Amino acid sequence: MSIRKIFEEELADLKTQLVEMCRLTEQMISDAITALVNRDRELGKSIGIMDKRVDEYEMAIEKKCMRILLKQQPVAKDFREVSTALKMITDIERFGDQAADIGDLVYTMPGDAYIKKLTHITAMGNLAVKMVRESVSSFINNDEALADEVIALDDQMDDMFLAVKTDLIELIKKDGRNGDQAIELMMVAKYLERIGDHAVNVAEWTKYNETGVHQKF
Amino acid sequence: MNEFIGRMDITAKGCNLYYGDFHALKDINIEIPEKQVTALIGPSGCGKSTFLKIFNRMNDLVEGCRIEGEYRIGGVDIFDKETDVNVLRKNVGMVFQKPNPFPMSIYDNIAFAPRTFGITKKSELDEIVEQSLRRASIWDEVKDRLRKNALGMSGGQQQRLCIARSLAASPKVLLMDEPTSALDPISTGKIEELMEELKKDLTIVIVTHNMQQATRIADKTAFFLLGELVEYGNTDDIFTSPRDERTERYITGRFG
Repeated sequence: MSIRKIFEEELADLKTQLVEMCRLTEQMISDAITALVNRDRELGKSIGIMDKRVDEYEMAIEKKCMRILLKQQPVAKDFREVSTALKMITDIERFGDQAADIGDLVYTMPGDAYIKKLTHITAMGNLAVKMVRESVSSFINNDEALADEVIALDDQMDDMFLAVKTDLIELIKKDGRNGDQAIELMMVAKYLERIGDHAVNVAEWTKYNETGVHQKF
Repeated sequence: MNEFIGRMDITAKGCNLYYGDFHALKDINIEIPEKQVTALIGPSGCGKSTFLKIFNRMNDLVEGCRIEGEYRIGGVDIFDKETDVNVLRKNVGMVFQKPNPFPMSIYDNIAFAPRTFGITKKSELDEIVEQSLRRASIWDEVKDRLRKNALGMSGGQQQRLCIARSLAASPKVLLMDEPTSALDPISTGKIEELMEELKKDLTIVIVTHNMQQATRIADKTAFFLLGELVEYGNTDDIFTSPRDERTERYITGRFG
């Protein structure tokens, strides 16, 4: 097999692992929201276990990228793809961390009735899953337009976060006893909002991969 | 007579070169900045060495070689009637792939050019020899055996000796044609460090097949293909985001 062919196979393998890692984090975010809505403490706890697998993926992909850099010394688009993957896994790993944090909250939260409907938080969860999937897809498919869409979606995420925050402040003002749960829901919303930010980072790296210019949005 | 004083940038305008019927260089236009390292890259036979050799008129003696275009170093037209080819070559040194020391002592290798220019005083020659060897980072290795035959040195030392020999003529430009391709990584590293040091005073143009070497040492990179200059720009840009698909395919090893 030619050296070039070996390199292309290593790159393809790297991308497959990235997609698997990403799918895992999507499942974790989705499970975190389900656990929250259904008060499913066990499901919440299980997300932490999945997070260990995400960490393993991060280590494996990082090792693979470094091996490619060492052995192939890639340049141009090859170099951008490997360095993009190397940067991207840090953000993907954070997707997993945030989902695991929500899972932990669900596990430790007292079983009182919710002080508010979870409509916005559920919507934020769905949007987070969409942003995560599309940010990584944009890299895998060299789709700069999709990366732009992910970056644009973050405004919706921020708006919803603001709406949840405003609601929760009102609820605390109305009755101080709402405070404990309000803070926990606020944290859930913040974790989801952070997932959006990390998805934007991934999308920015996709744009770097396509254009050679790394720009912050 | 034209003199080379002051700046030492290199320009080629409308460069066409023919070996008989073979059109080896096609319409090349380039401005090479002074006191920087510029790498010429491209597959074998693309014309990069031919292009390099124009600048100290090494092609003059090649039978059937015809050169069109305008070539200037520091603004001086190198093919002008008023330009003495010996003066040009004093100002434009050249180092080749295979080290080619003269079969004489280390000292005499370095003193060769200054003697040709009429310097005979021993103290003056001693000074030039020491300075040249120091600038080529080889003085400490050879200072105790200056009278030994240069052919007894290692390949890496011979190559640095050849660089020192070029420097003894006080050139403004150094042309290097794959200067490290026959050397081990340690000698290669020494020559790369040397280029970094020398570019403070000299304009360096290097032909290299080693892409990593180009990324390490060159400020500018020019990619040649089939006698054409396909792309020329900052090395960082060429190796991270080349504009031309052909450059991308060549440097990533996807050609053919």
